[in-house]
Amino acid sequence: MKVNGVVHTEPKDPRRLLSDHLRHDLGLTGTHVGCEHGVCGCCTVLLDGAPVRSCLMLAVQAEGHEVTTIEGLAAPGSPLHPVQQAFHECHGLQCGFCTPGFVMSVVGLLHEHPDPTPEQVDEGIAGNLCRCTGYASIRRAVHRAAELTK
Amino acid sequence: MKPARFEYHAPKSVDEACALLASLEDAKVLAGGQSLVPLLNFRLARPPHLVDINRIANLDRIYERDGGVAVQALARQSAVEDSDLAGRLCPILPAALRQVAHRVIRNRGTVCGSLAHADPASELPAVMMALNGHVVVQSRRGQRIIPAADLFKSVMQTALAQDELMVEAWFPGAHGKYGIAEESRRHGDFALAGGVRYGDRLALFGVAATPVMADPKDPTKGLQPSGDLEATPEFRLHLVQAITDRLFAA
Repeated sequence: MKVNGVVHTEPKDPRRLLSDHLRHDLGLTGTHVGCEHGVCGCCTVLLDGAPVRSCLMLAVQAEGHEVTTIEGLAAPGSPLHPVQQAFHECHGLQCGFCTPGFVMSVVGLLHEHPDPTPEQVDEGIAGNLCRCTGYASIRRAVHRAAELTK
Repeated sequence: MKPARFEYHAPKSVDEACALLASLEDAKVLAGGQSLVPLLNFRLARPPHLVDINRIANLDRIYERDGGVAVQALARQSAVEDSDLAGRLCPILPAALRQVAHRVIRNRGTVCGSLAHADPASELPAVMMALNGHVVVQSRRGQRIIPAADLFKSVMQTALAQDELMVEAWFPGAHGKYGIAEESRRHGDFALAGGVRYGDRLALFGVAATPVMADPKDPTKGLQPSGDLEATPEFRLHLVQAITDRLFAA
């Protein structure tokens, strides 16, 4: 499988979840795990460009596919990805635990709806939980990200 | 988190998958995994064998058949939701899919997987009941069609035999009055109660062990929904009436 453009070998144990493979085997700890049953959205990554839950996939299933994690959005030292920049500007985070999942979901949302309506924004982030309940600023960040992406 | 130990099989064809299902004991089919993997993660399911069908080519088509929409086993819910064909021939299908979990889940989840999982609170089994659709299942013994009315047996139990793979779901062309309504505590959660209307047909979900057909004039007749932390049986009956009123108001 390719992760952030780099080819990696498959995990040996088919029980390994993609989320655990990214974190424990590849050291990509930017992908967070919260509930590990698909509810919280923290572990969202892109699979061939579309956001999916990495805790609901076996790592072996990503063989032959391209995975993008939060680390793959912008190289260290280079400017932030527009979605990251927007979350930064709008304070779209408090503790930050949910942030990687939100950012990856929003990247997918803006890919499908480059100019989202408020309803599409709410729908697009409905699958991610923020326990600090910073949703108002997260919403603002999504609209700002759409502006920055244009 | 780590599922209990299992042997992983990744067949490249439907024939190979059927051969595995016929020879392995207690094998479970893995398609989108959006219902099965949570069960594995919590070890609520401990199948000794997983047959992952995701590597089978040409099993993700959405195509017109007999005036309706045929959805193959690996067609993702998001693809069906976006399908012009489904929107044209069977608009209730994309409308119902938008109620299924969240888009990120639908990017991976499959229509056939939802039907095979047969959660009594899920939308698609009720859509299939209301429309009188069917599924096509295959095994080494051949193919057979199971009509919606015969498919759902109990909570997460279908009429599929252990060696059968659901290869296709078929939803008839549906141009009559339709609607889907449900109540859940949060958007994307499982419904406390829900209903699908097609013409004068009404299928309810979340209120019995399987989706059930009901009389729109007396929708709660014979229903004995269970109670849990989220809703009492009485509240679910109230919701059934309110949802039916809403669906048949127009």
